[in-house]
Amino acid sequence: MLCQNCGKREATTHIKRVVNGETSESHLCAECAASMGYTDVFSGWGMSLGDLLGGFLGESTQAAGQISPTLRCRKCGSSWQDIVRDGKVGCADCYRTFYDRLVPTLQRIHGRIQHTGKTIARETETPQKPEKSEAELREEKIAALRAQMDEAVAAQDFEQAAKLRDEIRSLEA
Amino acid sequence: MNKWYIEKGEQGDIVLSTRVRLARNLEAYPFPGKLDIQSKKKVCDEICDALRDTDDVFRRIDMASLTRSQAVSLAERHLISPEFTTNREGRALLLTEDESVSVMLCEEDHIRLQVMQAGLALPQAYAIADRIDSMLDSKLQYAYDPRIGFLTRCPTNLGTAMRASVMLHLPALNAAGRISGLAATVSKLGLVIRGAYGEGSSPRGSIFQLSNQITLGITEQAAIDNLQAITLQIVAQERAAQERLLQNETQADKIWRARGILSSARLLSGDEFMELISLVRMGVARGLFEIPMEKINELIVRMQPATINAAGGQDFPPAKRDALRAEAVRTALLS
Repeated sequence: MLCQNCGKREATTHIKRVVNGETSESHLCAECAASMGYTDVFSGWGMSLGDLLGGFLGESTQAAGQISPTLRCRKCGSSWQDIVRDGKVGCADCYRTFYDRLVPTLQRIHGRIQHTGKTIARETETPQKPEKSEAELREEKIAALRAQMDEAVAAQDFEQAAKLRDEIRSLEA
Repeated sequence: MNKWYIEKGEQGDIVLSTRVRLARNLEAYPFPGKLDIQSKKKVCDEICDALRDTDDVFRRIDMASLTRSQAVSLAERHLISPEFTTNREGRALLLTEDESVSVMLCEEDHIRLQVMQAGLALPQAYAIADRIDSMLDSKLQYAYDPRIGFLTRCPTNLGTAMRASVMLHLPALNAAGRISGLAATVSKLGLVIRGAYGEGSSPRGSIFQLSNQITLGITEQAAIDNLQAITLQIVAQERAAQERLLQNETQADKIWRARGILSSARLLSGDEFMELISLVRMGVARGLFEIPMEKINELIVRMQPATINAAGGQDFPPAKRDALRAEAVRTALLS
């Protein structure tokens, strides 16, 4: 297929846009695509990629089949159609509301769908551990005493080692 | 205090600068695109408050208070995105004195924290960004999901929401027509390369920006290591290409002539300046003549159109601007 813009070179860039539910497609050669600003697709922070991403999201919706037009994000009021149209998400809650539908697109953009980078402070706070049972505490104490005993043996302090051995035996009894 | 871009850094013959950007949002508010101006101002105030009483001293600039030239000049200095110069109402910028740290408030995301360093300095730039980010995290409630990381307006930024980039001067690879091949290669490695000044096949001044593309499922460290390794390879290739180019007498002559024109011209358009300074910069990089690299880097930043207007405090007609540019370049190169 030849480029729809210059009609000379082979079309290698295929752009599908969904604007207000209407799908339009264009086929361009690399040079025309570049001159029309399609070079920085998904390079982030970009401005013109909204349309393209919208196309992506639209496709994944078609693949997923059912979409409920009534489901809206409770915080910002965005519907799935709004997100597809803008190629942008309205608020943090949208991600939770429409998570399942976004996953195929995220997979296509990033290749992976599990975050592995930095986490936030409230996420890394260690959760409260349940109280340890008496038996567990005793086990820990014994392990600590054994380590001390080994150290004493290594230092040839046999008197101390014997004391520790007796203490361990009394705990194990 | 010197601005960051007046310093010369690691691999400074090829790498102009390093930038690390983090995008963050507040859980309590919809993203800026869904906020009215009043709410945007509230978000700006809340974040400014969080940054008060920290080691870093920020100056707050309400974007609506700037002239268009002043705003565009900030974008020309890469302190803000071009998008941030439009719809300025309700948006604010926080800037440190040396301009190495800037925080765009209510751009596409509530917070766009950016750290710039001279030369190749990815770990250093990330360390600064990480420190400020953690400090903000301790005071604000970030929008975050353990599955997909930091939540951003655009799904392409999810995960670490980090873009690290290096600005590269690649005149010899560009002249040899090797940039498009390079672009295809780096894209397979999860990176993207594009013109830093102007889009299209031949960006002005052969200055390119190389950045990471993937943000989800990769750690900050891995993304930075990847970018660092590929940058060093490109730098080595560019150096070798420059050496080869300079062995050709005609090519070397072009560099000397460029220096001659810049040292004596009375009118210099932005395009001509960028073309010639690029050649002169290559001459400096390969030790052809002794002009401090810092001076060249500073000229590239200062001679952009809106920056000339902003410095002069008025919107000059293009011809006047070309005269001012020629004068400033002459003065800088002859001093």
